[in-house]
Amino acid sequence: MKKHLLSIDDVTVDDIHALFETAAEMHDVQRRDVKKLPALRGKTVINLFFEDSTRTRSSFEIAGKWLSADVINLSAKGSSTSKGESLRDTVLTVTAMGIDGLVMRHSASGAAQQVAGWLRQESSTIPVINAGDGTHEHPTQALLDAYTLTRRLGSLEGRHIAIVGDLTHSRVFRSGVKCLTKLGAEVTVVAPPTLMPSGITAWSKDAGFATSYDVDAVLPTADAVMMLRVQKERMSGGYFPTAREYTVGYGLTRSRLGLLKEGTPILHPGPMNRGLEIAPEAADAASSAVLDQVSAGVAIRMSVLYHLLAGPSAAATTGE
Amino acid sequence: MSDKTLIKGARILGAEAADILVENGVITAVGAGAGADSTGAVVVEAAGLIALPGFVDLHTHLRQPGREDAETILSGSQAAAVGGYTAVLAMANTNPVTDTAEAAERVLDLGVAAGYVDVQPVGAVTKGLEGHELAELGLMARSRAAVRVFSDDGKCVHDARVMRRALEYVKAFGGVVSQHAQDPSLAPYGSACCHEGEISGQLGLPGWPGIAEEVIVARDVMLARHTGSRVHIAHVSTAGSVEVVRWAKSQGIDVTCEVTPHHLILTTDELLGYDPTYKVNPPLRPAEDVQALRAALADGTIDAVATDHAPHAKHDKDHAFVDAAFGMLGLETALSVVVTTMVETGLLDWAGVARVLSVNPARIAGLDGHGLEIAVGAPANLTLVDPSAKVTVDRDASVSLSRNNPWHGRELTGAVHATFLRGKATVMEGKLV
Repeated sequence: MKKHLLSIDDVTVDDIHALFETAAEMHDVQRRDVKKLPALRGKTVINLFFEDSTRTRSSFEIAGKWLSADVINLSAKGSSTSKGESLRDTVLTVTAMGIDGLVMRHSASGAAQQVAGWLRQESSTIPVINAGDGTHEHPTQALLDAYTLTRRLGSLEGRHIAIVGDLTHSRVFRSGVKCLTKLGAEVTVVAPPTLMPSGITAWSKDAGFATSYDVDAVLPTADAVMMLRVQKERMSGGYFPTAREYTVGYGLTRSRLGLLKEGTPILHPGPMNRGLEIAPEAADAASSAVLDQVSAGVAIRMSVLYHLLAGPSAAATTGE
Repeated sequence: MSDKTLIKGARILGAEAADILVENGVITAVGAGAGADSTGAVVVEAAGLIALPGFVDLHTHLRQPGREDAETILSGSQAAAVGGYTAVLAMANTNPVTDTAEAAERVLDLGVAAGYVDVQPVGAVTKGLEGHELAELGLMARSRAAVRVFSDDGKCVHDARVMRRALEYVKAFGGVVSQHAQDPSLAPYGSACCHEGEISGQLGLPGWPGIAEEVIVARDVMLARHTGSRVHIAHVSTAGSVEVVRWAKSQGIDVTCEVTPHHLILTTDELLGYDPTYKVNPPLRPAEDVQALRAALADGTIDAVATDHAPHAKHDKDHAFVDAAFGMLGLETALSVVVTTMVETGLLDWAGVARVLSVNPARIAGLDGHGLEIAVGAPANLTLVDPSAKVTVDRDASVSLSRNNPWHGRELTGAVHATFLRGKATVMEGKLV
């Protein structure tokens, strides 16, 4: 495994299976009375969040604590960066404290990759885990989604997975489609044309997934459906006229549930806009995997922290 | 220092070897026998070198006043001289903005004091570059700085009414508006940070689509036709802009345009590492655009190469890509990029290089003493070029105060050997005198 987890590009199919295997072991910890494992005892992990986050940050925090790491949350928003400190200075300052791992979220695409580059220039060996960079990637989300689906469906080879929603602004989509296609799934992404990322018709071919504007045509053959959050601010940006129209065109409504095969897992990375992109009947359906995703999130993040900070690959990391 | 210089055996515009005698800043003899009376002259051996009229940069950011940590008029002038330039147009987006006669004269005076190149201030089109009210264009034109080129560069004069009035107004004194073509509703300032296309879609970076440039170019050539005025398009970056300009010229519309060295070679592929060194405005475009720009420069649709030299302090680039400053260095490497992309490929001969780096920009800017034929009576603004030198760019060898150098580590062909400003050597053997 590579030293950092910046993008799904950093992990091979074998890496993903190894991460899932460890995650399954970690998953059992959640049901124990005493949850601490000693794997990262004496290690310090910093959650450096330049962007607000509740669930991802607490998920990483719990994951680190159950592995006995000392986890420190740093919210960089409104502190040094607003005083004009460069990102490079902020990160080098934090890492100079002698930490063992950096979990980072930033509102700018590419920020984690840039940070890993600066650490390399400084000959630092600290692994960087991308907890979301702008509208680029969110690799642990993709891993936990794929892990959740694997537990529901078994192998994803040949399975048809629909990803529906605001693709342009979604790091969940960008990481997710890479991870799912790596595992052999057939992925169709669905959005109105204004929420399709630029150039996607060309690069989706190379990346091996399909695009569609028609959710009703895609759902009947789906083995799983992942709904993406749609931010209401997008309306003022002119991406779609009204919430009502979006729901009619692209929401997983009660009536659309009837298009799905029996028991098709429904995923959503949260937070959900109930009534906009997902109807309550879908969010709370027996087939909904939304809460499974949350518990899988802790297991996957424990697995990632373990592999990058303590696992055999932590000692034997070769490439960047 | 002697006021007599003999340049021996240079190939003027790539022709047969000839001598050039310079006395008191003026060329007094050219040809095989020009060196007959060289008594007391400083002799510059120029065998194998190409003699060109000194380069003129239509688009330089010297950062003074306001950001003297990134560049000063002195350091930028030195970088220009090293790049073979004898005149540069200093863009108005300093702090404070060059939007008054006093500000323009201050830039002019600092340029004279530096003494490496003629520093000709560009005046802002609108007060504070805000795009609303015309700056004192006439007073800047009447000042000692005799401003003729006006630009809100960094921002677009996006209001069509303001652009129309500016074009009309500058006709009275033969001015030209140099437009930074960027419709901010299609490519918002600040957030739009890279070419909108496949790569921005994959990287999740806010895109700056080619049409945001093209719609302004199309609008402005029509405004130029309507007003009967002259418009210059700064840093064209797309095949579509070139098509519009080609059409406009065929209609007799008074439009000129420039391309930067970086848009002649660097493409969106550079973005994959999110390195802010490659963040520039307008953004790097795909290879198809690069090819169209080269072809347009060769056929004369694009009149000039202009550097858009944009120095930045390191800490202004050490941010996340979308937050980092726009711009890259260009003065010291422009000739090498032009030779590598245009001469080695057979697209331009040396007369063509002179045309795009000196003759046309001097004419567009109205600089009478620059871009002239190398002939008796002309001011000796000259550049000697080693046409076959292989240069590996080292950013730490730059005389600019900044290091945001996208050319670092690249091998380019062609190097500036010497630069003469009115007969005075500012650069010899590639080094500042």
